[in-house]
Amino acid sequence: MQLVLEKRAERSNTIALISPLIAIGLTIVTMTILFAILGKNPILALHAYFIAPLSDSYSLQEIAVKATPLVMIAVGLSLCYLANVWNIGAEGQFLIGAVAGSWLPVVTHGTDAGYWVLPAMLVCGTVAGALYALIPAICKVKFGASEILTSLMLVYVADLFLDYMVRGPWRDPNGFNFPTTAEFDPVATVPLLVSGGRLHLGAIIALLVVAAVAVMLGRTIKGFEIRVVGAAPRAARFGGFNSNQLILLTFAISGGLAGLAGIIEVAGPVGHLQPGFSPGYGFTAIIVAFLGRLNPVGILIAGLFLALTFIGGEQAQIAMKIPLDVTKVFQGILLFYVLACDSLILYRFRLIFPSPKVSSGAV
Amino acid sequence: MLDPTPTGLHSGGTPLLQTVGLTKRYGNFLANEAIDIDIWPQQIHALLGENGAGKSTLVKTIYGLIQPSEGEMRWQGEKMVLSGPSEARARGIGMVFQHFSLFDNLTVAENVALGLDGKESFKDMSARLEEVSNVYGLPLDPKREVWQLSVGERQRIEIVRVLMQNPKFLILDEPTAVLTPQEADQLFIVLDRLKAEGRAILYISHKLEEVKRLCDTATILRGGKKVSTCNPQQETAASLARMMVGADIKEVKAAAGRKTTVPRLVVNDLNMEPDDPHGVRLANISLELKGGEILGIAGVAGNGQDELFAALSGERQCPDPGTIVIDGHAAGHLSITLRRKLGAAFVPEERLGHGTAPRMKLSENALLTGHAASGMVQHGFVNTAATLSTVDRATETFDVRKAKRDPEAASLSGGNLQKFIVGREILRNPAVLVVSQPTWGVDAGAAAVIRQALLDLAASGAAVLVTSQDLDELAEITDRIAVMFHGHLSQPMATAEATREKLGLLMGGSSLEQKEAPHAVSA
Ligand SMILES: Nc1ncnc2c1ncn2[C@@H]1O[C@H](COP(=O)(O)OP(=O)(O)OP(=O)(O)O)[C@@H](O)[C@H]1O
Ligand SMILES: [Mg+2]
Repeated sequence: MQLVLEKRAERSNTIALISPLIAIGLTIVTMTILFAILGKNPILALHAYFIAPLSDSYSLQEIAVKATPLVMIAVGLSLCYLANVWNIGAEGQFLIGAVAGSWLPVVTHGTDAGYWVLPAMLVCGTVAGALYALIPAICKVKFGASEILTSLMLVYVADLFLDYMVRGPWRDPNGFNFPTTAEFDPVATVPLLVSGGRLHLGAIIALLVVAAVAVMLGRTIKGFEIRVVGAAPRAARFGGFNSNQLILLTFAISGGLAGLAGIIEVAGPVGHLQPGFSPGYGFTAIIVAFLGRLNPVGILIAGLFLALTFIGGEQAQIAMKIPLDVTKVFQGILLFYVLACDSLILYRFRLIFPSPKVSSGAV
Repeated sequence: MLDPTPTGLHSGGTPLLQTVGLTKRYGNFLANEAIDIDIWPQQIHALLGENGAGKSTLVKTIYGLIQPSEGEMRWQGEKMVLSGPSEARARGIGMVFQHFSLFDNLTVAENVALGLDGKESFKDMSARLEEVSNVYGLPLDPKREVWQLSVGERQRIEIVRVLMQNPKFLILDEPTAVLTPQEADQLFIVLDRLKAEGRAILYISHKLEEVKRLCDTATILRGGKKVSTCNPQQETAASLARMMVGADIKEVKAAAGRKTTVPRLVVNDLNMEPDDPHGVRLANISLELKGGEILGIAGVAGNGQDELFAALSGERQCPDPGTIVIDGHAAGHLSITLRRKLGAAFVPEERLGHGTAPRMKLSENALLTGHAASGMVQHGFVNTAATLSTVDRATETFDVRKAKRDPEAASLSGGNLQKFIVGREILRNPAVLVVSQPTWGVDAGAAAVIRQALLDLAASGAAVLVTSQDLDELAEITDRIAVMFHGHLSQPMATAEATREKLGLLMGGSSLEQKEAPHAVSA
């Protein structure tokens, strides 16, 4: 008996829709086993992960806060991935956006600068993220360097640059030598949506980004170009679409959105620039993009789901002393299953039983 | 043996394969409807029908690639349910697809090994490969890499691969569409021999003359239904065609057009290195095409036709703008989009993946080449109404048969997709049309529609350049014919003077060799 993967004659649209759900199901089964091995009660652990965060308003707001950067970054990444361009370095673009956007609040700190500061910060963050993303894109177009490697390596450059800035030039003089900038002034802070709560204007911006990208992909010629270059490169060339231009464009958009998410994160929930303020949003967003099937609305849902795992992970740590790294394990397993299940759209499993020997005809 | 109809010859026995009421539904659309067909051993059974009649759907069902919606199949009298092709192979059913599935950079033997289910060692397999290929007179060198082989040789690999499984029943889906007449003759010898060995063959083809010559039974499908089973040798090509279409096929007629004297497409001494190592170098190609004129390019596939198409379309550009002149504008350096804006249109040979994005809708594929022209894109936004109306107009003008208004390109049958692609370009009223293999795999009726459209386009004053392997087609529609060989283009001659002998010589490269002789001496 043999288990083989066989190409389907027709692409299965049903599987295309339910494949993320199958992946989530398999991930939960795997996590159950993992919790049992760790000696924790799997039922309680799963409850802490998935149910508890949904039961109070603070956690619900917190989910939306965590989903904001994830969705913004993932929507940008989906444009790259649809066009077969592999930007793995969104985390770096996110950090650079945060640093560049923090320049204004640092230099205007304590002055009576007006309400222009926050919008200017958002622009700085976006532009810096886009420019930073163009480095791997240009290396790819000019020299054929693999964008997977270069974009990933630039994450560490960005991380160290952030570290240098907050330990050196931008360190808060009154900060007891902690590596952090001074707390941003109110004009340099993203306003809250409900006073006393956690939800901030960034969530609205993320929704606008989702809507804009959905319109772009579905209705504009650029969106069509992105989809056709990824789906049928030779036909795209015949259509007159230039894949090099598209590499630059998709990198710039995804870098810009990651940079915007970065500055919103420091100017919003965090309130100042400090190392390690990102729990790896730029990497988790890759999972969000694929779990959401590279579709803006799907990404919105997937972003909320992964935000849930962040919050759930914290709750599980507090309630059951489950290490926070288990959340990363969870996310990794989820990506693995999402990609694996996607092959079921075009292939299917089949058991082959040894067939009775076919009697030989002529020859 | 004088009456080789199924009933006369086989009454009493059980057929090798029988389909009973076989039906395949796609949504509300019936691709196959209650099809009964009997295949007997030692029979070459033709499956005929227009594009989209459901031929490929039927054979894919028999090969286990598609599950039937209703009805059943019986193998040697017993009910057969296939959940995949490997089960069909295990029973002794083999299939040669129209589109080859070979890896260019692997050797013949490696390709064969990848397609076999067996567990024998590579050495044994290679030995058996040579043996089978010699027994059937299908010579193959197991160690050659596929990219070095001609289309005919590639098809030989597919056939030998199937024969190595010793099938009782062999399905061939349009095997001769891509072969030269000589290669096709060789194939017929092999098929006759397989029949003599007692095997059954199901043979799909649009070439009715070869069906008459080769097959002893023919089943004709129309609109997914079986309309008749007959003996093709007692029919004429015209009567077969009438059964397929349900009406007579129109003769292609050249309308009296206005031939202009202004050249609309000029190529001046085009030289181009290939961009991939398996390509052909274009050398000193010059031609001039006036409005109202159709120029044919004949030649065995792989002699630089693809490279010439890329250079003319602008998929590859030349540094010197003057190399290619479209409607009076130097265009050698222009992109394909800018050339389209100058009024040029292009139809490549490969329908899926080049001419269309297979997984995208027809309206999106209309946008693929139509976005350069006005109307479809406004301020960066796609005008869906305009793209859909292009689909509708192409559907109407060229009788494109499809299951719904705007399906994915890949779901159309080969011939219908070709009609859509040609229609999409012709509806733009191009000044210059460059088209490769306009009718391969297209049924007689649709081929006549496409050829007529090319003639009408020329009559309206456009310049048309047609590359084709089908000499009859070129004779029917062109004014002049040139031959491509090893990246060189011969001097065009008037179609009336282009005898098969002359063309055959040029296609073999003989007169070019004489021209090149002085070079050889000096080199
Ligand atoms: N996956 C699919 N979904 C919807 N419709 C389909 C699908 N596959 C085939 N069809 C439809 O079924 C019909 C029969 O197609 P099929 O490929 O069997 O035609 P064919 O007789 O082989 O034609 P050709 O000579 O052009 O190859 C076509 O109208 C096609 O549009
Ligand atoms: Mg077919």
